[in-house]
This record gives sequence, structure tokens and C-alpha cells, in this order.
Amino acid sequence: MNSIMPNLYPASAEIFVLIMACVVLIVDLYCGKKLPGIAFVLTQATLVFGGVIVWLTADAHVALTFSKMFIDDLFGDFMKIAILATMAIAMTYGRSYLDDRGLNKGEFYLLALFATLGMMVIVSANHLLVLYIGLELMSLSLYAMVALRRDDAAASEAAMKYFVLGALASGFLLYGMSMIYGATGTLQIDEIARQLAYHAANKTVLLFGLVFVIAGLAFKVGVVPFHMWVPDVYQGAPTAVTLIVGSAPKLAAFVMAIRLLVGGMFLVNEYWQLALLLMASFSIVLGNLTAIAQRNVKRMLAYSTISHMGFMLLALASGVIDGASVADLRFSVLNAYSAALFYTVTYVLMSLAAFGTLILLSRAGFDAEMLDDLKGLSRRSPWFAAVMLITMFSMAGVPFFVGFFAKFSVLEALIQADRIGVAVFAVLMSLIGAYYYLRVVKLMYFDEPVDSTPLVAPTGLRVMLSVNGVVIALAGIAPNSLMSICALALGYSL
Amino acid sequence: MTFANLLFYVFAAILVFAAIRVITASNPVHAVLHLVLAFFTAGGLWMLLRAEFLAIALVLVYVGAVMVLFLFVIMMLDINIERMRERFWSNLPFGLVVGGLLIAEMSLVLTARYFDLDAMPEAAEPPAGHSNTKELGRLIYTQYAYPFELAAVILLVAIIAAIALTHRVRPGNKRLDPARQIAVKRKDRVRILSMPAEKD
Repeated sequence: MNSIMPNLYPASAEIFVLIMACVVLIVDLYCGKKLPGIAFVLTQATLVFGGVIVWLTADAHVALTFSKMFIDDLFGDFMKIAILATMAIAMTYGRSYLDDRGLNKGEFYLLALFATLGMMVIVSANHLLVLYIGLELMSLSLYAMVALRRDDAAASEAAMKYFVLGALASGFLLYGMSMIYGATGTLQIDEIARQLAYHAANKTVLLFGLVFVIAGLAFKVGVVPFHMWVPDVYQGAPTAVTLIVGSAPKLAAFVMAIRLLVGGMFLVNEYWQLALLLMASFSIVLGNLTAIAQRNVKRMLAYSTISHMGFMLLALASGVIDGASVADLRFSVLNAYSAALFYTVTYVLMSLAAFGTLILLSRAGFDAEMLDDLKGLSRRSPWFAAVMLITMFSMAGVPFFVGFFAKFSVLEALIQADRIGVAVFAVLMSLIGAYYYLRVVKLMYFDEPVDSTPLVAPTGLRVMLSVNGVVIALAGIAPNSLMSICALALGYSL
Repeated sequence: MTFANLLFYVFAAILVFAAIRVITASNPVHAVLHLVLAFFTAGGLWMLLRAEFLAIALVLVYVGAVMVLFLFVIMMLDINIERMRERFWSNLPFGLVVGGLLIAEMSLVLTARYFDLDAMPEAAEPPAGHSNTKELGRLIYTQYAYPFELAAVILLVAIIAAIALTHRVRPGNKRLDPARQIAVKRKDRVRILSMPAEKD
């Protein structure tokens, strides 16, 4: 009975984040009172250096380690850097908000670091058990972060809903995974694909499991009919936490979908594509129509998330052309999935900026969350009104902003897959959606400010939000570079 | 029918009965006690599968620790059952439709057609001296070391979350600070006065 030490090199970033999380835990315990900012500084350092380590250890070679449970590929590296960067930006935005509300404690940063670790585990999972454990690590930290403002009834309710529904979704996912195990006799994702290819798997049982897995996935992404938690959690959670819940986990959920559906079960794609297509269409309708009726910006952005995630699923569901040659097939598949990846990354960038603006407008004792709070922002701060303008135009998909190119590439993938009806429908629905994004712009530029107190946000938030806005604008001017990075990252892994 | 088969059916029947009572019992304490019974019989089933360690762990951890704690929590909460039942009838039709659909789908797939003895052949008889516990330990510390470590991280997160959500200094809290208690000197509490002796 001899065991071989697993190769730890591909997992060095995860190990670093885990060690640093423990360091933050101990340092905050002993020096937290004397040095109040220490947890924040250490967390940011961890996120930045974690990204650097991922960057340094990245190569085109696909490495498996930990008994083939851990996969390190270029796609995973790209997503890990994106997740770490998103978390770092979210931490910068949230600091003053948390400070004003007495939530700026070591526990918040610890939970954020563990959530990040969970996402990194999901990104590198090549085994259903590891995928599930990573998901639980991420979700458990997020539930606790939502509940952190304990005295607030709305936050507690949101946390309860998130927790109960999340546990249900985890149950679905586990049940589905156990069925897949029953059908294929393995939990390893690439092995599942191999079993399917050799027709060794019991297809009926596998599809039965697939349904449950898709339900669990749909919950984590937040698409109809598993979207109920999204508006309540977005509204009830402190804005700094909403920022986290609404950004990085979407990236992780996207990787989960790619690894499970494309990596593991691509050969039964006609089944899961139909499911995704249906869920996506309902999400786009419900998200866009319900968002119009909202007076609360956080709730409005929650419904907008539902519709955006629907759009992303549309691209995921159009990865195949019937009757194409193998080379064409690979190209078109790649094109659809890189469109979905591009959409997710740009969406996360935009939602960071939108929630960042809400934090900018908040101050001690006041949470900016109603549409009226945005009124006349151009007079209070022309620059940040412009940042929000770019974000809203981009979310609406106005031409020559990055959101337009994201939507365009999704539609291109849809048309390649011969789903022209769905494409037309998606365009019509995003036209309806443009109304509520443009309403925000109208309120900012053409209405009198209700509240004319000067903005008191700290420099870090201002600088980061400006950079975020400029990045969105630049990505709109030159979308090709980001698009080719997405295609490159996926191309080496599929 | 062998004795093992008979045992299986006895355990299975008790398990199904207990599980149904968990969701139908009107008194939450009864529901928890039935859940204990369900775990216990599930432990018995695992024992029949020769998974001794898992069976004992289930009884020790779930029945012995988790469920007892759960029972305490349930007893301390003042649950108004009548209020929870208010919307039972209005939600029942929807629940029946969804539940019925799920049961229909599951019974189509999970029948003997795919899970009969041909599809799931009986495991080979383990050699003499085979230890299920030892095998489990070997796998956990070698092949499954990565998920095992991550599970430990999840437990750490659970501790941090529980402390972050419940442990905080509330105004009006009459908690004693042991450090300050220990640091008390005699001169803080006792004042010795030298008084001249008084007569009469």
C-alpha cells in the first residue's frame, strides 16, 4: 500500500489562497483590533498574488493531478484570473460601504476568500464530487455573507431564501450526479464522456440524471424557472455583498456548465440544448418584462441578470450544426462557446460597474437603491454619470458599446445553428429591455436631483470605478482582443 | 429467501414508514424522532451491504450527535403549526401536480428495467480478512485526499459563518470578561481604613 505524492504544481494558486485564508484568520484574530485594515490589505494581496501565480503557472498543456480530479488548462487559468480580479474589484468597491455599516470585519474577508477558493475549485474540477464540494464551499460562504447584516429583516429573509433554495438545488444536483454515476459507473468527467462515446452508458438513466443536473445548474446561474431567489437576494443583501453574489459566481457557474455539459456530456447535446434553449427563452421574456415594473435599482438589476444569463445560455445551446464536417463542427462549437464566455465576462464587468455606482451613491446611514436616488446624477458628478451611462448603454446592447458586440456574437452563434426564429425573438426582447436601461440614463441626465449631498466615496472606489468604466468603453472600441482571448482559452481546452 | 433478504425487507419497510412519518407528523418533535428511526434503519441497510464503518458512523454521528442537537433546537423553538398550515390547502393542488409529475417520471426510469439484477450484478464476495474500514481509510487518504481536504475547509467555513452570525457583543449584554476578573487587584475592591479605636 504505497501512495504517490500528487503533483501540487498545477494547484499552486488554490493552495496559496487556502494558506492565505488561514493566515488572514489568525492575523485578524490577534491584530484585528490594533490594525483595523489588515484583513482588507491581506485579502487584496492574496487575490492579486493568486492571480499572478495562476498567470505564472499557466501553459497550453492540460495537466491532471490529485488522481485526475483536478484539471489545469488554459480555460481554467483564464477563468481563475477573471474570478480573482472580479473579487479584488468587488472588495475595493465594498470597503467603505461595509465600514459605514459596521460590517467591515475579518469574517467578511475570510468568507470572501473561501468563496473565491470554492470558485477556483469548481473551475478546476474534473470530478463530480470535487465539483459539488467546490460549489458547496462557494455557496456556504455566500449564504453567510448575505446574512451578515443580522439586524436587518430583509437581509435575514434573503439569506434564508437563498439558503433553503440553494440547499434544494444542491440536492437536485447531487441526485442527478448519483444517477449519472449509476449510468456510467464513474464520477470523473472525462471518463463520463468516454463511456458515452463507447455507448457503454445506460442512456435513459443518464438523461434522467442530466435533467436534475441541469436544474441544479439553472438555479446557480439564476434562470427561469429557478430564478425566484435572485431578486430577493439582490435586494435584501447589503450592496457590497450583492456585488459579489452577482459577479464572480456567474463566472464559476459558467465553467461548471462548460465542464459538465460540454466536457462530460457533449454527446447527448441535443437533449440538454433543448432544455437550455427553453430556459433561456423564458428567462429573457420574464427578466426583461418584469424589470420594467421595478422601482428598486437592485431588483431591476436582478431581473436584468436573469435576462442576461438567458442570453448567455442561448449561446451555450447553439454549439452544433447538423451535417457539418468535423473541422467545421469544432470551429462552430468553439465559436458558440467563446461567444457565451465573452458574454459572461463582459456581463460581469458591467454588473460590477452598476453596483459600484450604487455603492458610490450610498453613504453612512443611507443606501442608494431606488431609481429616484439616481436622479440628476449628471449634475452631482458628471464623470460617474458617464460611467453609469456607458454601463447602461452597454447592458442594453446599444451599438458600439461592448454589450452590443456580446449580444451580436451570441446572435451570430444562434444563426449559425440555424435558430433564426430564436435570434429574432431575442433581439425583440432586448429591445424591450432597452427601455429600462435607458430610463436610468434619462433619470441621470434629464431629471432634477432629489438629493444634492456631495458624494463622499473614498479615492480607491472612485479610481477603481473609473477604471472599470474606461475598460468597458475600451472593450467596446476594440472587442476583438477580448474575444480572441476567450476563443484562445477555450480552444486549448475543448 | 435468505435471512439477509428478510432483514432487508424489514429494514426497508421501517425506513419507508419512518420517512413518510417525518413529513406527515404534525408535531415537529415526532418528525425528528422518526428521522432518527429512518437513519437507524438506513444504518442497518448499510450494515447488510457490508459497509460497517459507514453504518456505525451514521448511527454515531447522525443519530448520536446531529439529531440530538436538532431535537434540542426544535424543542426550544416555539413553532406555531397552525400558522404554518394556513396555506397548505391553497398550495396543495400545485404541489400535487409537480410532485405527481416527478413521481411519474421517476417511476418510468427507476423501475426494474434499468436496475434489475442483470444490469447491477452482485458484487464479488470479498476475500477473508477484508476490512471495509481499512479500504475506506486507504481511499480517503490517497485517491480522495483532495475532496477530503476540501470537505475540511467547508467545515472551517461553517465554523467561521456560525461565529460571525451569532457571536457579537450586544448592548445590555451582562457577559463577564474573565481577563478583567483575573486582573482585579485587592486594592480595586477593598479599602482598608485605619480607624482609631472607639470607646464605648
